[in-house]
Amino acid sequence: MAEPRPVLEMTGIVKEFPGVRALSGVDFRLFPGEIHALMGENGAGKSTLIKVLTGVYSLDGGTVTLDGKSVRIASPLQAQQAGISTVYQEVNLCPNLSVAENIFIGREPTRFGRIQWKQMRKEAAELVDRLGLDIDVTAPLSSYPLAVQQLVAIVRSVGTGDSDGAGAGTKVLVLDEPTSSLDRDEVLELFRLMRQLRDEGVAILFVSHFLDQIYEICDRMTVLRNGALVGEHMVSDLDQVGLIQLMIGKAMDQLEGLHEHQLHAEVGEPLVRADGLGRKGGIDPFDLEVNKGEVVGLAGLLGSGRTELARLLFGADQPDSGKVTIDGKQVSMSAPNDAIGAGVAFCSENRKTEGLVPDLTVRENIILALQAARGWTRPIPAAQRDELVAKYIKALDIRPANPEARVGQLSGGNQQKVLLARWLITQPKLLILDEPTRGIDVGAKAEIQKLVVSLSEEGMSVLYIAAELEEVLRLSHTIGVLRDRKLVARIANGPEITPTRILETIASGEHQ
Amino acid sequence: MSTATQTPTATDSGRTPSRATRLLGDRRLPVLVTATLFLVMYAAGLSRYANYGFGEPQVFLNLFIDNGYLLVAAVGATFVILSGGIDLSVGSVIGFTTMLTAWLVEKQGLPVLVVIPIALGVGAFGGFLMGYVIHNFEIQPFIVTLAGLFLFRGLCLVISKESISIGDSTVSSMAQAQASLGVGFLSVGAIVSLVVLAVAFYVLHYTRFGRRVYAIGGNEQSALLMGLPQGGTKIAVYTVSGFCSALAGLLFTLYIQSGDPLHATGMELDAIAAVVIGGTLLTGGSGYVLGTLFGVLVLGLIKSIIQFEGTLSSWWTKIATGVLLCAFILIQRAMTTRKKT
Ligand SMILES: Nc1ncnc2c1ncn2[C@@H]1O[C@H](COP(=O)(O)OP(=O)(O)OP(=O)(O)O)[C@@H](O)[C@H]1O
Ligand SMILES: [Mg+2]
Repeated sequence: MAEPRPVLEMTGIVKEFPGVRALSGVDFRLFPGEIHALMGENGAGKSTLIKVLTGVYSLDGGTVTLDGKSVRIASPLQAQQAGISTVYQEVNLCPNLSVAENIFIGREPTRFGRIQWKQMRKEAAELVDRLGLDIDVTAPLSSYPLAVQQLVAIVRSVGTGDSDGAGAGTKVLVLDEPTSSLDRDEVLELFRLMRQLRDEGVAILFVSHFLDQIYEICDRMTVLRNGALVGEHMVSDLDQVGLIQLMIGKAMDQLEGLHEHQLHAEVGEPLVRADGLGRKGGIDPFDLEVNKGEVVGLAGLLGSGRTELARLLFGADQPDSGKVTIDGKQVSMSAPNDAIGAGVAFCSENRKTEGLVPDLTVRENIILALQAARGWTRPIPAAQRDELVAKYIKALDIRPANPEARVGQLSGGNQQKVLLARWLITQPKLLILDEPTRGIDVGAKAEIQKLVVSLSEEGMSVLYIAAELEEVLRLSHTIGVLRDRKLVARIANGPEITPTRILETIASGEHQ
Repeated sequence: MSTATQTPTATDSGRTPSRATRLLGDRRLPVLVTATLFLVMYAAGLSRYANYGFGEPQVFLNLFIDNGYLLVAAVGATFVILSGGIDLSVGSVIGFTTMLTAWLVEKQGLPVLVVIPIALGVGAFGGFLMGYVIHNFEIQPFIVTLAGLFLFRGLCLVISKESISIGDSTVSSMAQAQASLGVGFLSVGAIVSLVVLAVAFYVLHYTRFGRRVYAIGGNEQSALLMGLPQGGTKIAVYTVSGFCSALAGLLFTLYIQSGDPLHATGMELDAIAAVVIGGTLLTGGSGYVLGTLFGVLVLGLIKSIIQFEGTLSSWWTKIATGVLLCAFILIQRAMTTRKKT
């Protein structure tokens, strides 16, 4: 199906940031009617290549040809006009506007310059329907969770070609980690749409750290490492092991041992008990017990109440009922500070809005929670602080390994690692990890899972929330299953527990 | 939905915000609060000063006559604040316009109909320059418009150090013109200000430009990545504010029939106060011009209540404004923190 001439060709692309060469002479081609994966570790330069292509960053060297003509794209607006629509890695929409406006802004239907609100809402609802989404397009974007916002961003980019607009319709669709916060059904809907667009001749550039998704949907891939091109391959010619080797430059450690290890590990005495803890509109009252050194995994679909449960345990939302005891003492949990004081740490799934301070350095971001726990009047001695920071930068392989780098300039996956480091450094008794591996590359994903196991070995309790069931099963001693904002089952992990069994429990609401 | 979704999906109630959160998160709520406040204050005035003629329709209409220029300036400030910026040059541009107009009409003998477009053009151009500097050199609007504040005030003195009173017959006939409404009348200034308000409402809600103003106020970086011409929008917003300030200056000239280098000193703060009391978030992206109208009316009503009271010094206006501002900023704060959870 691929035509001989690429619709987009980038040659010898160079991009430098102060102190970092993010791209050094990368070549990249994209054919009409193909789905092309851009692969590489965190910080390999994937997002940078996309931002150079779409005019967010200026080019420091190299050329870009679109449809055989050399082009110079200086702004996202020009990129759109040239037929390139993009969903960037971090959701970039306006939270204060309605969903419909976010989809249409810049190309609202008008008559004599007057915006046709009715028509716009109707068309937005249709587009949203096309992705199998059931949301109210007149509600402000900020009232929806991240996953929905992500879908809205996708709807926007797909819709760009549809209406009159200035562009000649979408020729190239760029999706930078669009699936990182979606659940399975939504991913399937997205893939259906991507296939449909591909068959219409659109060239799609797709980035994801889920290798299974790459093998499911992509035709061809380009691999980057450290800002340089490693190679371009047909997906069918390269297996996962080979791909990982290309990406990280060495073979990856196996994770199978972790599961075995966890199944045989002993857990200590009770640490945290929640009795009838609940919140209206958040999650129904539940009982949960976490022992010392135990990993409790939470499984459930998006919106099933996983995050809500975690937020209650951390005091981020106030419960309407129930109580929490930690180490035998009842804790009031009216604010996160109570929880932090009692030794609970919460690594939020929403790093952009609830976690990191982009303008502070890596060191300052890492030290933030520890400093807060000690109180602001007792600064941590500089030497001790630097040593701690260096230790966690190394443990999590944060790149660049420079404590003075501004967090906002790190790649998405590396930002996630900084957030993780912040909470690990406080040595909590209970560590709540909400989607800690989102947006993280295969190598680092494995590292984080190993870290969780070794932390639990040292006696730390962990509440682990992840969309990938395999991860939850691998690490947990106990699995809590959520459905429709209820904790429906608590299952002791064992060799007979498989992802399918958990899925059945989610579907039926009870454990056989 | 596909067959795969036969397995449980998140219930819709999980996805769609509850009614209570939507009401609290509703951006129209602050406007309603301000409108209610206005009605309550008006009712209180009625019961207290009923015997002094507070109930006369003309007392109500005078709110528009006496504050028309402020309304126009505040509408301009609404654009800027919605876009996430601030304009401190408003008062100076008004003062400068009064001087320029008086000087051109009285000293240069130009006909009023020629002077009006000149004054408007100068104001808009000043706003354009400030917007251009803010966008192209990426300087804080606070600093740039502060410079504008000094510049225009200084230019007043370049024209003349003394006040110039206007005796031109066209001006005085325009100043005295009244549109009868049966129960009372409105001045030219009041009518112009209401027209400006209506146009601003239309522009903000029914044109692409207006929606871009909200978008860059919501998140400028996102607006850029969404492919919106964010730079042009910003420059346009300051141009609109400059234009509105100049128009407010013309209305002020008409109202006071003189030019003075010290006219409208600090009026930018009144305009900003009216916008904030009207429920527009100082961080940008949320608010309505209709709220600004109520903000101006509330400020005007405070002034007239204090006049009716008779014994109170006019400084009480400032004190009341200050208290209201504090209260409204606290309300904004409560609303934005509520939205985050
Ligand atoms: N604005 C910036 N200023 C300075 N350095 C930057 C900036 N943006 C990116 N970098 C650096 O460029 C490199 C490539 O980052 P990029 O975001 O392209 O990685 P990525 O491949 O998208 O990774 P991830 O999978 O984590 O999203 C990183 O070392 C990053 O720190
Ligand atoms: Mg990236």
